[in-house]
Amino acid sequence: MHAVEIRDVRKVYQRYGRRKSFGTLKSALLSGSVLKNLQPDSAFQALDGVSLDVRQGSTLGIIGRNGSGKSSLLKLIAGIGKPSSGTIDVSGRVSALIELGAGFHPEISGRENVFINGMMLGLSKAEVARRFDEIVAFSELGDFIDEPVKTYSSGMYMRLGFAVAINVDPDVLLVDEVLAVGDEAFTHKCLEKFAEFRRRGKTIVLVTHMLDLITRLCDEALWLDAGRVREHGDPKRVVDAYLTEVAGTDDHAVSATAPLPAAGDAAAAANGRAGRWGSQEAIIEHVELVRADGQPVHVFESGQPMRIRVGVRAARPLHDFVFGIGIFTADGVCCFATNTQIEGRVPREWAGGGTFTVDIARLDLIAGAYKLDVAVHRQDGVPYDYHRLLYSFRMASPVKDTGIYRPQHRWLFEGGIGISGSGGDGQE
Amino acid sequence: MLANLRQVFRYRALVSSLVARELKARYRGSVLGFFWTFVNPLLLLGIYTFVFTVLLGGAGAGTRPEPYALFLFCGILPWTWFQSSLLESCSVLIAGGNLIRKVLFPAEILPAVTVLTGLVNFCLGLLVFAGVAIFYGRPLISGDLIWLPAIILVQLALTLGLSLLLSSLTVHFRDIRDLLGNLLTLWFWGTPILYTMTAVPERFRAVFALNPFTHLAVAYQEVLFFDGPFTGWRSLLALGAFALVVLLFGYFVFDRLRDTLAEEV
Repeated sequence: MHAVEIRDVRKVYQRYGRRKSFGTLKSALLSGSVLKNLQPDSAFQALDGVSLDVRQGSTLGIIGRNGSGKSSLLKLIAGIGKPSSGTIDVSGRVSALIELGAGFHPEISGRENVFINGMMLGLSKAEVARRFDEIVAFSELGDFIDEPVKTYSSGMYMRLGFAVAINVDPDVLLVDEVLAVGDEAFTHKCLEKFAEFRRRGKTIVLVTHMLDLITRLCDEALWLDAGRVREHGDPKRVVDAYLTEVAGTDDHAVSATAPLPAAGDAAAAANGRAGRWGSQEAIIEHVELVRADGQPVHVFESGQPMRIRVGVRAARPLHDFVFGIGIFTADGVCCFATNTQIEGRVPREWAGGGTFTVDIARLDLIAGAYKLDVAVHRQDGVPYDYHRLLYSFRMASPVKDTGIYRPQHRWLFEGGIGISGSGGDGQE
Repeated sequence: MLANLRQVFRYRALVSSLVARELKARYRGSVLGFFWTFVNPLLLLGIYTFVFTVLLGGAGAGTRPEPYALFLFCGILPWTWFQSSLLESCSVLIAGGNLIRKVLFPAEILPAVTVLTGLVNFCLGLLVFAGVAIFYGRPLISGDLIWLPAIILVQLALTLGLSLLLSSLTVHFRDIRDLLGNLLTLWFWGTPILYTMTAVPERFRAVFALNPFTHLAVAYQEVLFFDGPFTGWRSLLALGAFALVVLLFGYFVFDRLRDTLAEEV
C-alpha cells in the first residue's frame, strides 16, 4: 500500500525574465505586447522525470543540494501547484509543514489565528475546537493564546504554527526544513511528535539538510540531483553516497555500490538494504568473528566474549581514517555502534595492509540473529569502504528472555515469598 | 471550474472567519472603531455638500435634489465599497503571497474576502445612512426597499468579478494598481453620484448608460432617496446579467492564471 505514488513527474517553472525587469502594463501596452508578455520567456526545469513510491507508514527523507528540486517535489505532493507532466497520487489527508504559521495575522489573538489557520489547512471549525486544547498544550503558550500574535516570540510563533499543522492529523505529513529553525527543545519536541506519528502508522516525507536526521529517522532516503533521482534506498547508503559526491571525491568512486564477493555471510547480502559502497581508497578485506577460544564462529553464547577482527588495506597512504563497527538486530535496530573517532582515537597514518580488532569482553545480547556493519571512512563521514549489514551472527542462550540487551542482574526475594530454581537468572 | 466553486463553498467557514478577522484587525486598537471606514465618505459628503450647496449654491439649484447630503450618501456609500474593493484586490494576492506559496489554499478566497469585508462595511454604512435619514426627517421604510438586496447582489457580483480579474492580473502587471487609481477617479466623476441622471444632457445619456455603475447608483438613489415605485428594474436586470458575465469572465481569467500565481507573487 503506497501513501504517495509519483509517476514520471516533471515540473517546469516559467520565467518571465524580460518582463520582470520592466514588468509593467504600461510598457506592455506601449510595445503592444500584452499577450506576448503573458507567455513565458524561458523555462526552468525543477523536476525532470521523478518517479517514486512512498510506502504507507514509512518515513522518507529527501536530500540534495539547494535548488535540486526537493522543495518543489514537496510542494507538488502537498498539492501547491501542479506538475507540468506526470501524475501524483496521495491517499489520505496531507499536511505540509513548509512554513510554520504562514497566514497568521499579527493583530489578532493566537486563539483566533489557530482557528483560521486550522481551517486553511482543511479542518472544519468544530474539528479545530476539538483539538484546540491539545494545540495550546503543545505550543506551551498558556495564557498567551489570547494575546495578539505580534506579541509572540519567534519560538512561540513557531510552536503554535507547528502545533496547528500537526494537529490537522494528516495521513501524510510533509516537512520542509522546519526543524532547522528551532532551538534544541523545539527540535526535540518535533522529533518526538514525528516518532509518535510513525508509531501510529502515518507517512512522513521529510526534506532536510540535517543528514544525521535522515539516517536516524527515515526508513528510506531519496537523493535529488538537478531534478532527478540520484539514489533511493537505505538512508545510510544514500547519505554516504551524497556525502561522497559533495566532498568532491566522486572521481575516486570506483564501483561504489558493487557488492564484494561474499566476504561474510552470503545470506546477509540478500537482504535488500545490505550492501557495500565507498570510494575504495581503503578497503575492508575480511571480517572475522572470534570466540573466546580463538575459533572463528557464527554463534555466540550470551554473556561470553566476542572479538571482531577486520583486515583492511589502504590503496594509498592515508592520514584521515576512522574505523567503525555496528551491531544490529535482524530488523535493523542498532544495538551498539562506535568508531575510533567517537572514542577519541586520532588517526596518524596508515599505509598498506593492517588489522583492527574490537574486543568485547561480554556480549550481553539476548538470543537471536544479529547483523554487523563494518566501515572505514573519513572523519567527515565520507566512506572509503562501508559494509552495511553484510555479516551476521547468532546469539544463543538457555534463557528465553526478550528484548535486545541483557544487563547483568540478580533476583532477590524477601519476606514470605517462596520461589525455587536458579538457572534462569542470567548470572553464571 | 465547478469543482473549484465547490471547493470555495467548502471553505465558506474560513471565508467568514477571514472577513471577521479583517474587520477585527482593522479596528483593533483604534478608538473610533469601524467608524473610521466612514470618516472618508463622511468627509467627502461634508465637502461636496458644502461646495455644492453653499459655495456654488446658485448654480444648478433647480436640478439639485434635497436634502443634498442624503442624496450624496446614497451614491457615495456603494461607491466606497466598489472603489476600496477594487483597489485592495490589486494588492491582496501579493500581500498574501506567503499563503499562496506555502499553503494549499484556494487563492480566490483572498479577493473574495476583500469584497465581502467591503460588503459588511457597506451594510454598517447603511445604518449610518438610516441615522442621517432620521436626522432629515425622512421616512425610513418604503415599498421599494425590497429591491435593495437585489441591487446589492448585483453590485456584489460585479465587484467580485472585477476583483478576481484585477487581483490575478496585478500579479503579472504591478502597475495596474496605479492605473486603477486614476481610472477610478474618472469613473467616479462619470457616474451620477454628485448629480442626478436628469442633470445629464440628453446627448450624453447614451454614453452614461454604458457605465455599469450608473445603473447601480441610480437604482440606489431611487430606492433609498426618491419617492415613488422603483422604475429602474429593467436596467437592473440587464446589469445583473452583465455582472454575471463579468463574474464568470473574472473567474475564468483567475482560474487560467491560478498556476502562475504561486510562482509570481
